[in-house]
Amino acid sequence: MHGATPSTGSTAISGRSGDGPSLVIFVTRRVAITIPLLLLISFGVFALVHIAPGDPVRSLLGARASDPATLAAIRARYHLEDPFLVQYGYWLWQVIRGDLGVSIQGNRAVTSIIADRLGVTIFLSLMSTTLVLGLGILLGAVAAFRRGTRLDRAIVMFGVFGISSPAFVTGIFLLYLFGVLLHWFPIFGPGRGFLDRAWHLTLPAFALAISVMAIVVKITRAAMIEELDRDYVTFARARGLSSRRILFAYVLRNSLIPVVTAAGLVVVGIVAGAIYVEVTFSLPGLGALTVDAIQKRDIPTIQGTTLLFSAFVLLVNLAVDVIYTVIDPRIRFGRVES
Amino acid sequence: MSVPAIGETRRTRQPLRVPIVILIAALIITGVAICAVLGERIAPDSPFLQRLAVGDTPPSSVHIAGTDLFGRDVLSRVIYGARTALVGPVVVAAGAFAIATLLGLVSGYLGGLVDSAIMRWVDFMFALPVPLVAIVVVGVVGGGYWTAVLVLVVLFTAPDTRIVRSAVLEQRPLPYIDAARTLGISKTRILFVHILPNIAPIILAYVVLDFAFALVNLAGLSFLGLGIEPGTPDWGRMLFENRNILFSNPVALLLPAGMIILTAVSMNLIGDWLFERFAK
Repeated sequence: MHGATPSTGSTAISGRSGDGPSLVIFVTRRVAITIPLLLLISFGVFALVHIAPGDPVRSLLGARASDPATLAAIRARYHLEDPFLVQYGYWLWQVIRGDLGVSIQGNRAVTSIIADRLGVTIFLSLMSTTLVLGLGILLGAVAAFRRGTRLDRAIVMFGVFGISSPAFVTGIFLLYLFGVLLHWFPIFGPGRGFLDRAWHLTLPAFALAISVMAIVVKITRAAMIEELDRDYVTFARARGLSSRRILFAYVLRNSLIPVVTAAGLVVVGIVAGAIYVEVTFSLPGLGALTVDAIQKRDIPTIQGTTLLFSAFVLLVNLAVDVIYTVIDPRIRFGRVES
Repeated sequence: MSVPAIGETRRTRQPLRVPIVILIAALIITGVAICAVLGERIAPDSPFLQRLAVGDTPPSSVHIAGTDLFGRDVLSRVIYGARTALVGPVVVAAGAFAIATLLGLVSGYLGGLVDSAIMRWVDFMFALPVPLVAIVVVGVVGGGYWTAVLVLVVLFTAPDTRIVRSAVLEQRPLPYIDAARTLGISKTRILFVHILPNIAPIILAYVVLDFAFALVNLAGLSFLGLGIEPGTPDWGRMLFENRNILFSNPVALLLPAGMIILTAVSMNLIGDWLFERFAK
């Protein structure tokens, strides 16, 4: 690397002759970076057993009776007699085959516990993501279009508020206002069936969305303001195009490119926020499962959910980078630093 | 600044106009800081005194903000809670930026292999979901408040390093660096005496923004029952301990929750303003 030159510079030259090869090279390189990252993260997750204070066998045994047969079974299952790296190899091989080990509570497979809890978290995350993107882009666009007005200042202030207030704090206020005082929404449980679930998850989804939405509002507003000042907008106005057409057909489309880059931040925000929101609203999701497992020192379950969350974040970031390259050819030419 | 010489116009140093919002934000932070320093004098009651017979009661003339499950005075606990709300985030923001400044300066100015190594590490840290890592590491390793603070310092260092590095890269091509190099000034001196003061405003703005982010993250860990020791008056911990008395004394939750938002909003406003005013 040479200082300010972006690392994509080397692919820039080959990209000029045609789009095809450079896109393939870019995607291949991006995937090639993701694999060692996944391995590093899995290694960190594996190491949790040994980082935890006390004897690994004890951590993995939990509340079960410590008769010699069980202890020997745990030693054999986790290959605890082998060197550290060999243990990791065995463990990784099991994970790749879809075996995340056994929870120390009730001897259930971690994969089946995760499967039970996945639904609520997915529903909550999708609902929040819809809110974040829909409302966030809308508010950002409105603020930029009405730049300098009171409405703009109010939206900017809302953004500062959103960034500053974590999901669990917003959640407590929403819970109290709309659940306890106004009785508009249920304050407990995930609900059954699609509509009832959406009803139960409205407050949690908003609590989760507000803090993440702030990022999208901020980026959309900044990008739109920059875009509105460009020559093509003046030209389109001079040609007499309606401002609605200018806004939606040109400006908004071009402004969304920076928003796509923020997708990584949005995903991390949603995943981490879901943990807090699920605890705040007592929802039986993966986040609550993780916190519960931490409190009960259930290492295999912690490993399972952590691995799932981090792999998900990593893969979404990979997907975003690839999508970004496809929609914005400048990236391939190395003109924009990602 | 010295007295202006004859003929020097006033334009050289414009009076600093601070917007009213920023003044209010600074006032709030000062208030929180006063609570942190003078907690014993201000608090109406001991934050540790339990009255199990009283239990959780709504606000009254004796306890303005009511009492919690153990009959402890909520207002006093909130006032004492200012300590952990300020100290931890200050250490996280200052610590992370102290390390990041060193790494960023070296990485940005020297380039080469050192730069590559530091940047690969930053890239790796960027791939991690910070709040999740904090929860899992603090949860599994155990330990108290200071473990949480230490984990956050490590996690915050990577993005901060990137900020410092790109600020250094902006300075590098400027003529004063060339001039300093022509004069034969050593690299260390150029880095710390010439570049550092020029990027200090950016660093300061981000330290303030980092404070807000650290406050929110530490409060989050306390809210999950991690980090802070049980019984300590702490805003996040209060949300954890009082979550079941939302009906009997909502103030026990809403007051610490409000203080977290208020402090974080104030710090974010000040940070944004510093950034706009001095770092652009």
